[in-house]
Amino acid sequence: MLDWLLSGERVRSRVLALLLLAVLAGLILAPFVFTGTRSLAVAARIAVFIVLAASYDLLLGYTGIVSFAHAVFFGMGAYGVAIALKNIGPGWAAVFIGGAAGIGCAVVVSFLVGLLSLRVRDIFFAMITLAVASFFLILASQLNTLTGGEDGLTFRVPEWLSPAFRLAEGRVLGVALDGKLITYYLILAAALALFWVLMRVVNSPFGRVLQAIRENDFRAEALGYRVVVYRSIASCISAGTAAASGILMALWLRYTGPDAVLSFDIMIDVLLMLVIGGMGTMYGAVLGAVVLVMAQSYLQDVMRMASEATAAVPLLSAALHPDRWLLWLGAGFVLSVYLFPNGIVGTLRRGRP
Amino acid sequence: MNERRRILLRRLSDSAGYWIVPAVMLAGLALMPGTPWVTLTVAGVAMGVIVFMAAAGMSLVFGLMDVLNFAHGAFITFGAFVAASVFAALGAWARADALPLNLAVVAAALVAASIVAGAVGWFCERVIIRPVYRAHLKQILVTIGALIVAEQIVPVIWGGVPVAVPRPETLKGAFLLGDVAIEKYRVLCIAVGLVIYAAMYAALARTRIGMVIRAGVANREMVQAMGYRIDALFVGLFVAGSALAGFGGVMWAAYNELITASIGNQMMILVFIVIIIGGLGSIPGTFTGALLVGLTTNYVGYLLPKLALGSTLLLMVLVLLWKPRGLFPASGG
Repeated sequence: MLDWLLSGERVRSRVLALLLLAVLAGLILAPFVFTGTRSLAVAARIAVFIVLAASYDLLLGYTGIVSFAHAVFFGMGAYGVAIALKNIGPGWAAVFIGGAAGIGCAVVVSFLVGLLSLRVRDIFFAMITLAVASFFLILASQLNTLTGGEDGLTFRVPEWLSPAFRLAEGRVLGVALDGKLITYYLILAAALALFWVLMRVVNSPFGRVLQAIRENDFRAEALGYRVVVYRSIASCISAGTAAASGILMALWLRYTGPDAVLSFDIMIDVLLMLVIGGMGTMYGAVLGAVVLVMAQSYLQDVMRMASEATAAVPLLSAALHPDRWLLWLGAGFVLSVYLFPNGIVGTLRRGRP
Repeated sequence: MNERRRILLRRLSDSAGYWIVPAVMLAGLALMPGTPWVTLTVAGVAMGVIVFMAAAGMSLVFGLMDVLNFAHGAFITFGAFVAASVFAALGAWARADALPLNLAVVAAALVAASIVAGAVGWFCERVIIRPVYRAHLKQILVTIGALIVAEQIVPVIWGGVPVAVPRPETLKGAFLLGDVAIEKYRVLCIAVGLVIYAAMYAALARTRIGMVIRAGVANREMVQAMGYRIDALFVGLFVAGSALAGFGGVMWAAYNELITASIGNQMMILVFIVIIIGGLGSIPGTFTGALLVGLTTNYVGYLLPKLALGSTLLLMVLVLLWKPRGLFPASGG
């Protein structure tokens, strides 16, 4: 049963298993254990980013493809739902139509990008995806009538998910049974399901071929696997899953905008998550997402205190300004690539078969 | 007859790099009246030579050592902000209505920016990139990390708000030839860019080091086997490329007149496109690609403003479909 749930990928480290269990328990119990809307928002963000990071891991960690267009697919899912809900009206039909359109777009675009860049050297893929990403970012901020431009779209979600909705009067363990709670658990369930699907994919024979391609694409081709086909399928699956996580993000925020779902910052975040957590393993995506989202949400508070404490030292105080949190994260990122090339998971698993 | 036509067509396609820029200019002339065409062509060439300065170093670095440096944009940013500081420090000279003083300010900014960018480049090569030679994935990750840090350091040093870089007094405004207006600063950009291109071309084509670099791009192992220390050469090339990017940053800063910490990042998209179009490791290719990007951006921005944003991307797609290895493929195989 456990093997089936984990798709045969054992955790292989006691500390790692405890950490993963803590994350799972924390996410499930979040509304009841942590009070306040902010901690619930952090928990929802973690759930969404676990899926996004895991879908990127399928590309980067398992297949060895460096793409910078992943945030675009995330944004496509989010914008798909947002545009549908805005134009059709708040209903489940709109969620499904918009979501399907977003996922469809993501799969088609990732296929086209793959088709184009298969003709050039593999290192170009990174550059081309970067150009594609900037193109879609500009597109989203320019198509005012459809996407709301820089301001983005604010929309109403189906009645069940709106914060004003009450499933039942009264409270359970001090928590109101409102639409926000339903949305949170819907997102968590969908995220778990998507993560499980990705676990199945990477631990299937198909996933093994991807790993073979990552290690040595020439040898994989010689063994009779069409590398091009496998790479294309992997990037399509990855794009589709990223779009699905974008749908979840849009439903939670009830808003989409270039900065929130499409920007290059999101791409960097996902990259950081995978490197910190550990590439080439889905568990790395989980831990990386938790660490990074927590850092994003709470590091700035710590830095604000540090900045005020060092206000007398001019340059240091500026470097510790809360807006500069990415500076320290970037430095940590460079160091972690050198010192922990296999991330948290790889370090915890060290010395175990 | 048919056979001759086919050979002619193939020759035409093979030599595309040489006629494509004039062809684009002529196409532009055919599609718009002459007055805006002159202005736009000057603007396009000026933008092209600046992009060339930013891209040349990266193209050679990749061609020679297979090192993909995403942090290259940081050198552009540092160059731009050093220029802002120099312009501010020598404000009296910049505001003076005398061409020699104004040019001296620009020259001082160029020198200072190349020194700073070169120094940052040297640090970057030694500390950040050296440990990850021959590991593409790690190179991309590490240099992205370096890019994040660099982009965040700029506001720490220069403050978080956009910085104004006013052009020196005599470089403001435009020449008027009949009813055609040509901005003075753009003429300066083109002059500086052409001098740099000519110098680089001569250095690569005529000097011994240039010959070794070209040979190294074509086949690194063979040059090493002949007894040349490619690694030492590479450090020099990296520093020179960074300094040149800083140079480009100065010109670009005064071109835009208002700079933010993401100026290098925005430029990098164009740099990537230029390098891909031109063919990695080729200086004529990078120059041609940069001119193409500059001209296309300006022409399309005038003819079809709605398409302007995607025009460079479209250009890259078209060139890649036609010539997957770029207009001037430099490295063998």
